[in-house]
Amino acid sequence: MLILTCPCCGVTGEETEFHQGGEAHLKRFGPGSSDNEFHDYLFAKENPKGVHLERWRHVYGCGKWFIAARNTVTLEVYGTYSAQTTEPPKDIRDRISAKVPGWSWREFA
Amino acid sequence: MSDAISALPGAAFEGAVRVEESGLQGMITLRGDFGTAKLKKAVKDTVGVAIPATREIAQKDGRGAAWMSPDELLLLLPYADVTDALGKIDKALSGTHHLAVNVSDARAMFRLHGATVREVMAKLVPVDMAPGAFAPGQIRRTRMAQIPAAFWMTDEDTVHVVCFRSVAQYAFDLLKDAARSEGRMGLFD
Ligand SMILES: [Zn+2]
Repeated sequence: MLILTCPCCGVTGEETEFHQGGEAHLKRFGPGSSDNEFHDYLFAKENPKGVHLERWRHVYGCGKWFIAARNTVTLEVYGTYSAQTTEPPKDIRDRISAKVPGWSWREFA
Repeated sequence: MSDAISALPGAAFEGAVRVEESGLQGMITLRGDFGTAKLKKAVKDTVGVAIPATREIAQKDGRGAAWMSPDELLLLLPYADVTDALGKIDKALSGTHHLAVNVSDARAMFRLHGATVREVMAKLVPVDMAPGAFAPGQIRRTRMAQIPAAFWMTDEDTVHVVCFRSVAQYAFDLLKDAARSEGRMGLFD
């Protein structure tokens, strides 16, 4: 069971109040992109054993989207942050680094 | 015009606490930018209270405003006043990006009253209902068993629950079950 804090309304709730929305920080490849780029955008997702950045929606609460940094092995949540960001904020990265030295996730580390 | 009726007119249950359907309640969903003077004024003019702080509800003289999300309020007012109020809101906010819609008939509302209402709610929602953790004046949108619901307390013995009208019977059955006298647990006694 994950306990997540929604950065939009401040509620700290258990997992069932939220809904997972897949990988975060996706770069969209749409019209004009190559077939390979479009394929990777749709299907080639990170599926790490360890640190993961995911989109979540506070579906039973304020209804807003946000991003959670968590560990898929230990279920530890390093923090949640605004969906209106293109990369994880520094305090979140620092917190992950303290727990998982040398971690990386796509281009982030 | 046909007579308006609430979801479960007159439904009531006497257990450890009393559960009753609240009857017709005027409700307007209002979305927009809370920071704008126009919206602040429209809320004040419609329900007589200022825009409540995050996860709070402000009430006065049978009207009120509940914080639903960073850009959404639920305005509470007498059922018969909604159409008129909507006209005024749309006029006041014309030219501003906003949404105001009458949801009175799309919702059901229940009132729970009794000394052990905190315990009854604690059985149904993943929310810390301990005194001090949740207090009158706050509103919480959450999951009540299998449905979305929002609730607030007007005093230590009274909880109001709002849910979609389509699940009114389910909500009432849940609340009745949680309120049964045999089910007392003494959680917050
Ligand atoms: Zn939220």
